[in-house]
Amino acid sequence: MKKQIYYVLPLLIFIAMGALFWKALSHDPSLLPSARIGKAVPEFELTRLSDVSQAIGREALLGEVSLLNVWATWCPSCRVEHPMLLKLAQQGVLIRGLNYKDERSAAQSYLRNHGDPYEWVIYDEKGSLGLDLGVYGAPETYVIDHLGFVRFRHVGVVSSEVWLGTIKPVVDQLKQQALESQAVESS
Amino acid sequence: MRDFISTVGRSAVAAAFLFFLSLSLPSYGAIDVYTFDDEEKSERFAELMNELRCPKCQNQNLTDSNAGLAKDLKDRAYELILEGQSNDEVVDYLVERYGDFITYRPPLRLGTGLLWFGPLVLFVLVVLGFVIRRRGEGVTLLVDDELDRQRLKEILDDDH
Repeated sequence: MKKQIYYVLPLLIFIAMGALFWKALSHDPSLLPSARIGKAVPEFELTRLSDVSQAIGREALLGEVSLLNVWATWCPSCRVEHPMLLKLAQQGVLIRGLNYKDERSAAQSYLRNHGDPYEWVIYDEKGSLGLDLGVYGAPETYVIDHLGFVRFRHVGVVSSEVWLGTIKPVVDQLKQQALESQAVESS
Repeated sequence: MRDFISTVGRSAVAAAFLFFLSLSLPSYGAIDVYTFDDEEKSERFAELMNELRCPKCQNQNLTDSNAGLAKDLKDRAYELILEGQSNDEVVDYLVERYGDFITYRPPLRLGTGLLWFGPLVLFVLVVLGFVIRRRGEGVTLLVDDELDRQRLKEILDDDH
């Protein structure tokens, strides 16, 4: 009876390893969890992409639930993502941009030529805000709540599946929370 | 005469070879250098760069990686060390931004327990397995066969 365990054991190990490998197939190791989830967006002092003289800081992100999209003209995936962002902006989704380690003039003309889905864009030439946020590649899309806290991060292109499947539910829930907290404050 | 010509020819080829070899030397110059006024900081920086992992080009440390992000991280770490922060503080600073992934020496936590103790547990299990099997074999050899046992007893008795 005890001996029989030895015959079954390799099969069990095989099944366990098979299950593990099968799971690993659909796991992308280049996707890292963000360390900033649940934390406030770090302080920054930068300028708007559209205007060198216009300073912008953390306060600009307060008040409404929004998407913060990290992009650059040197990033091919950002071009793929661009039409989707335009569509979302048309639907009334509030999107703000973080232009990451780019050239100001190139980024400006890119938005002129391809359309501008952003309410405004932060120009982060050195990537300092990017580093503080934990950006490791563009495009990345952060969901920021009305209090300026990072609630979600998506690394890679925002496709309509990604939007409907993962980002939109988060945004909807946060908007609901924002409404409720405002109702509590005013009552 | 012919020997003389071939000797001259050979040295000409060797000279040309050495000449062209010397042309390739300047290509070694393109390395980013971080200079410190004190040796201790310089050593700490080097150690830190070997222990930190580049989030972009995974499985390379910051020293080896030449990704743009790795350079940004190196620059930031360099600034922090110049400011007088300790290595632990710099690691904490980067973990705060990039998570545990950034360091090759993950902190001991509930979630990282398997990483720290997994190999040890596996090792102990394997050793235990071996020990139990060995013991089992020994016992079955002696007990299984009544004849063997009798013979063994005789042998042992003979000794006295």
